[in-house]
Amino acid sequence: MSDSKRSKLNIFLLWLIPISFMLLFFCRPLLAIIRIVFSSRFSQGWAFFSWSQLTRPLFFSFQQAFLSTCLTLLVGLPAAFLFARYDFPARKMLRAFSLIPFILPTVVVAAAFNTLIGPRGWINLLLMHLFNLSTPPLSILNKLPAILLAHVFYNTSIVIRIVGQRLERLNPNLIEAAYVLHASPFQAWRSVALPLLIPSIGGAAMLAFLFNFTSFGVVLMLGGPGYATLEVAIYKQVFDRFNLPMAGVLAIVQLLVTWLIAIVQNRVGYTRFGNNSMAQVSPFRHRPKGRLEKTFVIMMCILLVLLFVMPLLSLTARSFVTLDAARGERGNVKTGFTFRYYTELFRNRRDSIFYAGPLAAIQHSLLYSFITMIIATVIGLLASYAIADSRKRFSRIIESLFMLPLGAGSVILGLGFLLTFNHAPWTSGSFPIILPIAHALIALPFVVRTMLPAIKSIPQNLRDAASVMGASPWRVRREVDFPILTRALMVSLAFCFTISLGEFGASGFLANASTPTVPIAIFRYLSQPGALNYGQALAMSTLLMITSVAGSFFIEHLRLPGKTGSPTSMKHLTGK
Amino acid sequence: MYEVQPMRIMKKNVRVIFVLMIILALLTACNPETAPGRTEGSDDFLNQSRGSCVSGYAGQPTNATTKPQQLTVMTHDSFSVSRDLIIAFETANNATITFIKSGDTGSALNRLILTSATSEQPEADVFYGIDNTFLSRALDHQLFDPYQPATLKKIPEVFKLDQHFNVVPINYADVCINYDKAWFDEHDLPIPQTLNDLINPIYKGLLVIENPATSSPGLCFLMATIAELKEDTARNFWISLKENDVVIASDWETAYYTHFSGSSGKGHCPMVVSYATSPAAEWIYAETQLDESPTGSIVEPGMVWRQIECAGILKNTPNRALAELFIDFLLSKAFQEDIPLQMFVYPVLPEAALPPEFELLTQAHDSYNTMNPSEIAENRDRWVNDWTEWMLD
Repeated sequence: MSDSKRSKLNIFLLWLIPISFMLLFFCRPLLAIIRIVFSSRFSQGWAFFSWSQLTRPLFFSFQQAFLSTCLTLLVGLPAAFLFARYDFPARKMLRAFSLIPFILPTVVVAAAFNTLIGPRGWINLLLMHLFNLSTPPLSILNKLPAILLAHVFYNTSIVIRIVGQRLERLNPNLIEAAYVLHASPFQAWRSVALPLLIPSIGGAAMLAFLFNFTSFGVVLMLGGPGYATLEVAIYKQVFDRFNLPMAGVLAIVQLLVTWLIAIVQNRVGYTRFGNNSMAQVSPFRHRPKGRLEKTFVIMMCILLVLLFVMPLLSLTARSFVTLDAARGERGNVKTGFTFRYYTELFRNRRDSIFYAGPLAAIQHSLLYSFITMIIATVIGLLASYAIADSRKRFSRIIESLFMLPLGAGSVILGLGFLLTFNHAPWTSGSFPIILPIAHALIALPFVVRTMLPAIKSIPQNLRDAASVMGASPWRVRREVDFPILTRALMVSLAFCFTISLGEFGASGFLANASTPTVPIAIFRYLSQPGALNYGQALAMSTLLMITSVAGSFFIEHLRLPGKTGSPTSMKHLTGK
Repeated sequence: MYEVQPMRIMKKNVRVIFVLMIILALLTACNPETAPGRTEGSDDFLNQSRGSCVSGYAGQPTNATTKPQQLTVMTHDSFSVSRDLIIAFETANNATITFIKSGDTGSALNRLILTSATSEQPEADVFYGIDNTFLSRALDHQLFDPYQPATLKKIPEVFKLDQHFNVVPINYADVCINYDKAWFDEHDLPIPQTLNDLINPIYKGLLVIENPATSSPGLCFLMATIAELKEDTARNFWISLKENDVVIASDWETAYYTHFSGSSGKGHCPMVVSYATSPAAEWIYAETQLDESPTGSIVEPGMVWRQIECAGILKNTPNRALAELFIDFLLSKAFQEDIPLQMFVYPVLPEAALPPEFELLTQAHDSYNTMNPSEIAENRDRWVNDWTEWMLD
């Protein structure tokens, strides 16, 4: 009796901190957004409201998300097939490259494509040189193709991961059985393999659609003033037009749509076929045979190198080259290889755009990531324990509560925070604690998705055995749970780190001029004229890219005692 | 078993205390919202949250200690000043000045209102660069604290935009279209003489303007068209301009240095909305000695807007005394005479001498448009909104 009472109290306590955190930092900002819409509605009618300002970004969000998703599938499905079925030289390296976009911050991707297809980008420089032109011939920057290209770059890795994993484990016996029954290869694929793959293709497509729909940084930086998704429209309503209630309306519409998509995605993604359709191991790759297969492999490799390797190489290369004059710099410009853009990062110019220069932005970003790691991991760990310990139905509801920030998107969080935490004690003091909290909220779903399976995997009998031998509950946690959880813990820490480091939407709202983060600094430098600013933006992007990639490499190659199997696989990727 | 019992009771107590502490912490965290005076009155969060922080400054004395005092000046991207002058000010007042460049005037102002007007301590002590088109928004949000420097007596009345001295005028300039002389010669096109010439298809895709929502010269040009053409005709003008492939940049720096062909950026538009004084800058900073400026300004009647830029002390600054000194410095003869060659605009102080090359190069003109401040205040947001719908949506 007293034992069950105690465990109830325990669970209640476990719940208390994460739930209060969510109520205070997630629900309250959302309520503040709703409030500002309706309070303005009552005080000034619908004067702030304009149908076209709602329908245009809504339509554009759907339009570009649809187009991007179709293009992504067009590239991603053959790529998934390539990696799942064929063995070829450099397969591993190419695959690793194709997974990199997933962890790259949007500002880096925008900067990378700027160096490739922008007016001062490599392709234009090459064309101008080849054909002796005075103006850049290719002008897709600030137009739809640039946005679509970046989205395909981003989301193809989702398709490769999700569909590829299914494809690799597709039981070849089933196809062989079809052959035995005299099915043609096409028939076998259409009626055996395709139905088994459809759920994963649908899931990947929905996920890609969701990301494209909520795309912020890419559209803001590559789309120019003429294009706005709902998220970009929210940002512009706030900072350009100064129309907060209209931003609130857009935020509510965006929330409804993304949650709707998420629900549909959940339905699509979880259709199950029997386990025996999937083999346990994946040894079904072979070298390409025949001319057809070889052509396919070569063509796909070229395409993937162009899509994945080129932008990143172009970014890195461009950050070491001076091609034109810095702003206000006249006379002969020395062009060629330079370290100047990197050394400039460590110089504090009086007339810099920021309070304390790029070096300070790097320091701020690192500090924020560190705090984000602590907050998100503590809250996420408590939440995961609470979910694992409580009854099934309740825990499922609460688990979805912790997934909600995913659908909300960082811009909406930023807006809500701006409306909610704009007074003391939040704004007092020189240190903005609010930004790491926002980052922690964005990272929380990932932490929960990483920790929960690990906690559930701890065999209860190990704990029982420890208790029987006289270990206190704390000692059980320390000596049984902790070693098993170490790996998951490290993974979620690394996740928090990369998310906070690259986060752009919420930071755009909350970081002020005296405490910029690296992505904000890149955004500002990139939009400034002159080669020095451009170069500094690229240098910072390159550094950010290296840090992010190193972070994820660390995750992939971490070998710690504890739960085997990679927690970075499917499960929480379907959540990003 | 016997030892376990008291332990358990103690643990329970600890837990209860723990729960109470968390509840207490949460309540205090939510407190500001439930405090009286916050929920009453307007629901506009900007007004609402200001109540709690007005007591922030009480004129803290500026101790002349050895450690230099910090002064932060927020301004637009195009701000520039001679280094020597700032160093002189810093040594004279034992201060360190930091300039924050926050985009073009419009976006800098909006961000300031949203992020720091409501906090106890503003992001900066002084804001430099607010102009007659954006002023009323700052005044509506009570961004500034009035200050009336002694020098103000010498400034002509026409520049004093705010009768309560929330801001003081520092410089003025005429916004108009600049053109690339070489390009027009080469293509043998006439220079546009009226606004309506700009919608002529021979100028298709040749003009770059700034977005009036974010940029003050952009807003000035919009105002000029409305003042000249009146609202209804202005609408048609802009829609035709859009059909004529006008390029829209979000700020002056990008428009001038990335898109304009006459600048060092060597863009591809031979016309840009800039200042009547910009050609002087191109001439003075030209790589080789030129007989005349490579660019010219179109200062025909009806195509020019007089812009007056001001500076003000932000509310709640802890460095009020130093901020006042800085405003005095901005109106001093030394700074005023530095303005023309640094920012290529005119000083408001009549006794400030203009550099000779400046006087020679700026094309003489005496007709410009401007508007009653109250008319601007009343209509600006609507006009900008309408413009955005015509041009961008």
